[in-house]
Amino acid sequence: MLKRVKTWGPGVLLLAPTIILVGVFVYWLIIENFRVSLTNQHTAKPSNKYVGFENYTNLLADPNFQHSLWNLLILTIVFLGGTLIFGFLWAWILEQPAKGEGFFRSVYLFPMSVSFIASGVVWRWLLSSLQTTQPGGERTTGLNRLLDSVGLGALQNDWWSNPTWGIAAIALPAVWQLSGYVMALFLAGFRGIPDELREAARIDGCTEWKLYRHVIFPQLSPVMLSAIIIIGHMSLKLFDLIRAIVPDANTYDVQVPATMMWVKYIGSDYADAAAIGTILLVLVALVVIPYLWYTSRAEKR
Amino acid sequence: MRRRLSLLAGVAALGLTLAGCGGGGDTASENSNAKDATGDVGVFTWWADGSEKAGLDALVKVFGTDYPNVSFDNLAVAGGAGSQAKSVLAAQLKAGNPPDSFQAHAGAELQDYIDADQLEDLSSFYKDNDLTSQFPADLIDRLTVDGKIYSVPSNIHRANVVWANVEVLKKAGVDPKKPAEDLDGWFADMDKIKASGAIPLAVAGSWTQVQLFENILLSSLGADGYNGLWDGKTDWKSAEVTTAIKAYEKALSYTNTDRDSLSDWAPATQLVQDGAAAYNVMGDWAEAKFAQDGNKPGVDYVYFPTPGTAGVFDFLADSFTLPKGAPNPGGAKAWLTTIGSAEGQAAFNKVKGSIPANTTAKTDDFSEYQKSAIKDFSQDTIVSSLAHGAAVPVAWLNELSTAVNKFGGDSNIEELQNSAADTAKKFAK
Repeated sequence: MLKRVKTWGPGVLLLAPTIILVGVFVYWLIIENFRVSLTNQHTAKPSNKYVGFENYTNLLADPNFQHSLWNLLILTIVFLGGTLIFGFLWAWILEQPAKGEGFFRSVYLFPMSVSFIASGVVWRWLLSSLQTTQPGGERTTGLNRLLDSVGLGALQNDWWSNPTWGIAAIALPAVWQLSGYVMALFLAGFRGIPDELREAARIDGCTEWKLYRHVIFPQLSPVMLSAIIIIGHMSLKLFDLIRAIVPDANTYDVQVPATMMWVKYIGSDYADAAAIGTILLVLVALVVIPYLWYTSRAEKR
Repeated sequence: MRRRLSLLAGVAALGLTLAGCGGGGDTASENSNAKDATGDVGVFTWWADGSEKAGLDALVKVFGTDYPNVSFDNLAVAGGAGSQAKSVLAAQLKAGNPPDSFQAHAGAELQDYIDADQLEDLSSFYKDNDLTSQFPADLIDRLTVDGKIYSVPSNIHRANVVWANVEVLKKAGVDPKKPAEDLDGWFADMDKIKASGAIPLAVAGSWTQVQLFENILLSSLGADGYNGLWDGKTDWKSAEVTTAIKAYEKALSYTNTDRDSLSDWAPATQLVQDGAAAYNVMGDWAEAKFAQDGNKPGVDYVYFPTPGTAGVFDFLADSFTLPKGAPNPGGAKAWLTTIGSAEGQAAFNKVKGSIPANTTAKTDDFSEYQKSAIKDFSQDTIVSSLAHGAAVPVAWLNELSTAVNKFGGDSNIEELQNSAADTAKKFAK
């Protein structure tokens, strides 16, 4: 008995603080949050009546919440698509033997070191919706002014002030900021492919395209998956960037579940806020859990 | 094992009851007396800069003379219209760790705190200090909830004021001295301004649009119809409301297209100051901005009640409370006494640019605008502002704001009416 304790005892002692802290501050709070989401705590007045999944069904039937989910979908598609395309493109360019790789690598990676709040303040100005052709257009700033001054005035638009596609404009700064990170992932992937494989393929008479198609891409797919998971879960939780660009959290055009949760919480609607939090957690879990399962299976192999 | 668990639960429950008793502290604050107050008094506000900070400083100075034994502890949290401060405060109150007094908009915004049983009833405090006779009866009515008063107002603002650029009006051929009498006349003026090339009406992001919406509702429905929206006597789905919303849609069509990207009220008012826009509907805190930037009333800018709302004072007020379980209730009462006093109100409001709630305050050296507002406040019908938490609780305001903001994009009148009606039904008692 004592011997057994001696073998696992120190390990447990070492881990105990972490387990307790994570247990209380993550898992217990998730459970508590879920509990609140099943009550009718809709005002500051304490009330703990159990209402089952009523808050969830009401939310899912609420056109405003549906709109926020739609926004989330567009945001995620544009954010993911943009970072993957630019990240891959830059990695591919840098992977070619060329001078100044280190320099450009830093240039592309650098935006990631800026916080969303800081860059959001700049992007708020860049994405100003005023256009030169509108009344008061002489005050036009940001991208619209830039487009106008290079003769592309016709491309000016509302950016995020559009109920259907406005959220895609929010994805622009996010893409700008995280493409470099995806590039770094892809670059590591490229570097992990031994030169011998490429040489062997070339000797076997592969064209460049076939080399990529059959040798390089298959070996990059785990990197691609990681990128999708990381960017995907960031997109689902995106809050600070929207909060920094859009002056009012309660702006319908760019409402996503995370900002809606904030608005509900400020209005003391704790039950609805908790329910939105749980829905977000489930969405993120849908992305992350298959990945964890996949990697643990891969490790076992 | 099970026995020990239940014992533990018992002890915990006992602890909770004890904590409950301790937290209540009713008796302590009832008996506390402002006169022999000592120690620190922690006061929570969102007055962290500008004219608001200056006003608070003036108030603290008066407080220091009134109560030299109490030291003032400034717990201000910065952030527009108190949005940040309110979430910090909510967390402190929930944790049972309230400040001695905190700022809140008078009226329905207090409802959440009252519902959560976080505020002390101040009715006896009003009696002791004879405040009931010093504050206007209309205002006392709006502060009273189920026969009890929970806060002491420090200042009054008016939300239905139009600020206009004289030069822009003259250029468009509109007489700045004769503002339109109703919305139709106002829109006709705006057509002239539009033709002259300026933006007729400047507005900023979400809450300023709600304030514009509230002004148009007030103008179109009248004071009684407007008040009815909050107590259920006016039907949101009625034809009158449809007419009002159509007028709001028309007003929006005269506004700057980048309204959603203007971060606060100031950039919209700036458009009027710069001569880019003619009108801005804004609360009278705009007066402080005009004065600060050296603009002269009557020469550079004019102000008038929103057309169709002359004789109505759309009010909002900041007020201070005594939270349950305040660490120094005596000190808090001392603070509230200064807040309610004629000297405190005069010192504070002169600097902040608002008007005193206490009618006995000396206002001879106030600005021209303030004097006119004081006069109006004593004569006009008083209604509660929607956008500033006087008319409805925060959650109601939030849902309505979303609907109004959405309307700015899709102009769907029926949908706005339906969602506003649903919201009203949800929160009506």
